[in-house]
Amino acid sequence: MELIKKYPKLFQWLFLLIVFFALCFAIDVPETYKFIRGQAEFVKDPNQSSFVFLGKEVRYYAFDVFWRLPPLLGWLPIWINDSLFFLMNEWMPIEFWNEDTQEFRTRPLVLQISRNLTAFMTFLIELIREILLGGLETIVAFTSWDWIDKNPWAELPGLPWTIVAAGSAILAYKLSGKGLALFAGLVMVYISIFGQWKPSMQTLSFILVAAPLSFIFGLGLGIAAFKSKRVEKALYPILLVMQTMPQYAVLVPALVLFGVGDHAAVIITMVVAVPPMILLTILGLRAIPPEVIEAGRMSGCNNWQLMFKVLIPTARRDILIGVNQVIMVCFSMAVISAFIGAKGLGFNLLLALNQLNIGLALEAGLCISLIAILLDKMSLAWANKQTDYFGNLTFYQRNKNILFFVATVIIGILLAYVGTFLFKGSYNYLFEVPHNKGISTADFWNKGVDWIFDTFFVYIKAFNTWLIQDVLQPMRALYLRMPAVATLVLVVGAGYLIGGIRSALVVCGLTLFIALSPWWDRALVTAYMATFGVIVSCLIGFTVGTLCFQNKHSASFMLGVCDIFQTFPSFVYLIPVMMLFGITDTSVLIAVIVYATIPATRYTIEGLRSVPVGLHDAATMSGVNKFQRLTKIEFPLAFPHMMLGLNQTIVFALFMVIIGAFIGTEDLGQYILKALSDKKGAGIGFTLGICVAFIGLIFDNLIRTWVEKRKKHLGIN
Amino acid sequence: MSEPVIKCEAVYKIFGENAKKMLQDSNGNVDAKTFQENGCIVGVNNASFEVSKGEMLVVMGLSGSGKSTLLRCISRLTDATGGKIFIEGQDLLQLNNKELIELRRNKMGMVFQSFALLPHKTVVENIAFPLQIKGIKTEDSISKAMDMVKLVGLDGRENYFPRELSGGQQQRVGIARSLAVEPDIWFLDEPFSALDPLIRKEMQDEFLRLQDKLQKTIMFITHDFDEALKLADRIAIMKDGIIEQLDTPANIVLNPATEYVRKFTEEVPREKVLLIEDVMEPSTTDNLGDLKVLKNEIIENVAEKILTQEKSVAVIDNNNKIVGSINPTKIINTVFGGRKNSN
Repeated sequence: MELIKKYPKLFQWLFLLIVFFALCFAIDVPETYKFIRGQAEFVKDPNQSSFVFLGKEVRYYAFDVFWRLPPLLGWLPIWINDSLFFLMNEWMPIEFWNEDTQEFRTRPLVLQISRNLTAFMTFLIELIREILLGGLETIVAFTSWDWIDKNPWAELPGLPWTIVAAGSAILAYKLSGKGLALFAGLVMVYISIFGQWKPSMQTLSFILVAAPLSFIFGLGLGIAAFKSKRVEKALYPILLVMQTMPQYAVLVPALVLFGVGDHAAVIITMVVAVPPMILLTILGLRAIPPEVIEAGRMSGCNNWQLMFKVLIPTARRDILIGVNQVIMVCFSMAVISAFIGAKGLGFNLLLALNQLNIGLALEAGLCISLIAILLDKMSLAWANKQTDYFGNLTFYQRNKNILFFVATVIIGILLAYVGTFLFKGSYNYLFEVPHNKGISTADFWNKGVDWIFDTFFVYIKAFNTWLIQDVLQPMRALYLRMPAVATLVLVVGAGYLIGGIRSALVVCGLTLFIALSPWWDRALVTAYMATFGVIVSCLIGFTVGTLCFQNKHSASFMLGVCDIFQTFPSFVYLIPVMMLFGITDTSVLIAVIVYATIPATRYTIEGLRSVPVGLHDAATMSGVNKFQRLTKIEFPLAFPHMMLGLNQTIVFALFMVIIGAFIGTEDLGQYILKALSDKKGAGIGFTLGICVAFIGLIFDNLIRTWVEKRKKHLGIN
Repeated sequence: MSEPVIKCEAVYKIFGENAKKMLQDSNGNVDAKTFQENGCIVGVNNASFEVSKGEMLVVMGLSGSGKSTLLRCISRLTDATGGKIFIEGQDLLQLNNKELIELRRNKMGMVFQSFALLPHKTVVENIAFPLQIKGIKTEDSISKAMDMVKLVGLDGRENYFPRELSGGQQQRVGIARSLAVEPDIWFLDEPFSALDPLIRKEMQDEFLRLQDKLQKTIMFITHDFDEALKLADRIAIMKDGIIEQLDTPANIVLNPATEYVRKFTEEVPREKVLLIEDVMEPSTTDNLGDLKVLKNEIIENVAEKILTQEKSVAVIDNNNKIVGSINPTKIINTVFGGRKNSN
């Protein structure tokens, strides 16, 4: 009794666990239960029951209700599908004038809007693509095919790669300095020499369209949310879900609405890239001291002047960090969009992975990573750049970057012209290095992979077998053995103990949605993979973070490494693991671990760093040794921040597990991938995405609530 | 006498959802406690006063006393919940947004505690900002701003960014910015509170020099009683949203109206605050010594001379006319005696 009074929380948790395990043991596995593989639910099985709701038939295995809840939400994906189909093909038919056939045509409104939007996006992408690479489409858009046949000179020639390379170096120099300029130049030269020029420029043009549009929408919505509480309240849940929804899952509805190709990818990229921009805009505007706003008012600003002359310039840095985020999200979407037919590096990567040509994949992946780092560094440099006042500079000093660029253009064109004589009959390498005509090291890497396989096959195989048989399979079986009711009790109980009735209700709602969907088993498999990844990641991340923190330089170095690794699109991580472990769950899990260790490490270092210096001094003066300081002072204070790291780790792990479906897993991701090639996949893909987002949000809610309480308790804000 | 520049009649500011209704129900009898129980916080409670042209009213109070809220009501950065505010006879609360902006662009200037400079603009651009907002051409506004830079003694630093300046220099920019449109009314919200003591004193002297030259109508907010005494024509002391006493510095020191005000006055070195005319006898006797002192001398400066006299000393005005007398014992009583009585 004494003990219970002393640690009431501890006993509440113990009680919860006892109830959970009691339920697990009390509820038996029904005999009819089996894990559904493949597409079984579309084939009627004699063991299956079904119900009809809103005219949709939903089939399910009639389990004991305590074991698995019936999929009462099974109609939702079908309903979404049918509604989408109805919207696209039947709702509000309107007559439109068709230019090509010179007659009126009837088309549903949504379809027409979607087609117009698509055409507009295609035009923008083609425009930029043709400036970089040359082509006809843009000119044709303004004239006609006949006209271009008569005037072949009007074809856009495209920029020689030398100009783009030097141009990006000059831009990097202007933003940051010599170091970044050198890096930019080297990256561009690398891309060109290794024959990745064309796909790289395709990807770049994709970003050049998607990023500015996302920025404008994000900024606009951010401002609207800042000005009106109502808008913010409406946006908030959407932002939350979008932050935890796997990027992959939004591709599916895009496919239905906008079709296949770059334009659809750009539109859907905006959907993903706008939320972080909104969040950072709100954050930046909120951080402005109220006195600055008052000063603006007292200077007689009207609302417009206040926003554009006072608020936005003052929040400049946060907004530009938002731009950085937008660019990075756009880039990673540009890669993933290869699944719905976007051209560029992602497409090459996907192709290479499909052919199991690891060498080619590695080259494309390296290109992607280098461009990602470059874009990240450049946009960050822009955010951190302080505008300098040039008082009495000469014309040359003020405009030297522009002058240099003009000179570059002239030299580049001259070189390209000279090239036409130098490389007569073959490709003009001073103008463009065509795809697959550059230097390729693919063979080397492929041989390397073969060698690794030949040499270490026995060990890798042994490790693989051990991991799968002795760790993963039992863990998976354990997860699948959990009765739905027991899981629900555990999660809701945790919610209640951490955040009271409110948290319990939120968590209960999120869990129920998944439990009532037809994919509870799949969600459990996703959860098991994510759990495994998160546990290992956290162990590694917390240890590495703590060790690196012991020394200032190693801490900064590690944060730098985290920065770089975080810029890589998640897809890239699959390349090296496939190289080593082939197509197994182990590969996915190792990719998950590598990817999810980044936030675990970063937040550990940041958390430990944020412990005030004064406390350090006080501790040292009390005569603690290094270890005592770590355990008694630094860990307790850094723990809330480390828990936020755990939160990020979970989100990262979930993303990777879902993408891992590409290698072949049996979780929610597999169905999302399947939905991509399914004509009626939109509703399924979307609902699956929401399921994954909700898994993330359950932990997000629990961890955030706990952290906030803890921080209040410790007096850290 | 001409119309007062700022005139407040029973101004209330109450924060909370039902503030307006609760104020109406209370019939002007606002009790902070009952309001708080109903979820409302009283910021300003029945403030009535006038500020005439060229006068400096210092509002003094501790944090949470409602002094900044009062200032924000008068500059209409927040809307008062009840009462009337007149700026040069115009009813401030009746102005629409456009008129309000016009008023701020031409008649009002404000200085902030945390300087509130725009981080992306240089010193001269910050100062020119209100002018450019008004729509004045860039060249004109910059040349006008340069005058202001000189006025506050920042020449040579006009192209610095705020982050490159010390606190004192930043506040000089804030002051210059608030003066750029040549406002009639000047609001200062704890302008020197964020500065080091030495810089603060320097800025106070600078501020007095400026005011001597410009003769603005000023509302100055501070939590520092010494600062209030040093600068003010009149002082309003606030507590819990209520103006406890509004009077000249001398009267506040000599006749504190409430126990709360007395606590502030206790530690004040009176010889440094009071003038001869504050303590002299208005009547004159024939039995005066040869020494004559000016009526607007601070006691500290002439105390030694007076104390060496045995007879009463004649007090004269600037025209050398005798307006009263002062006995040496009165000086001793004022400086050393008064405090004991009050205990």
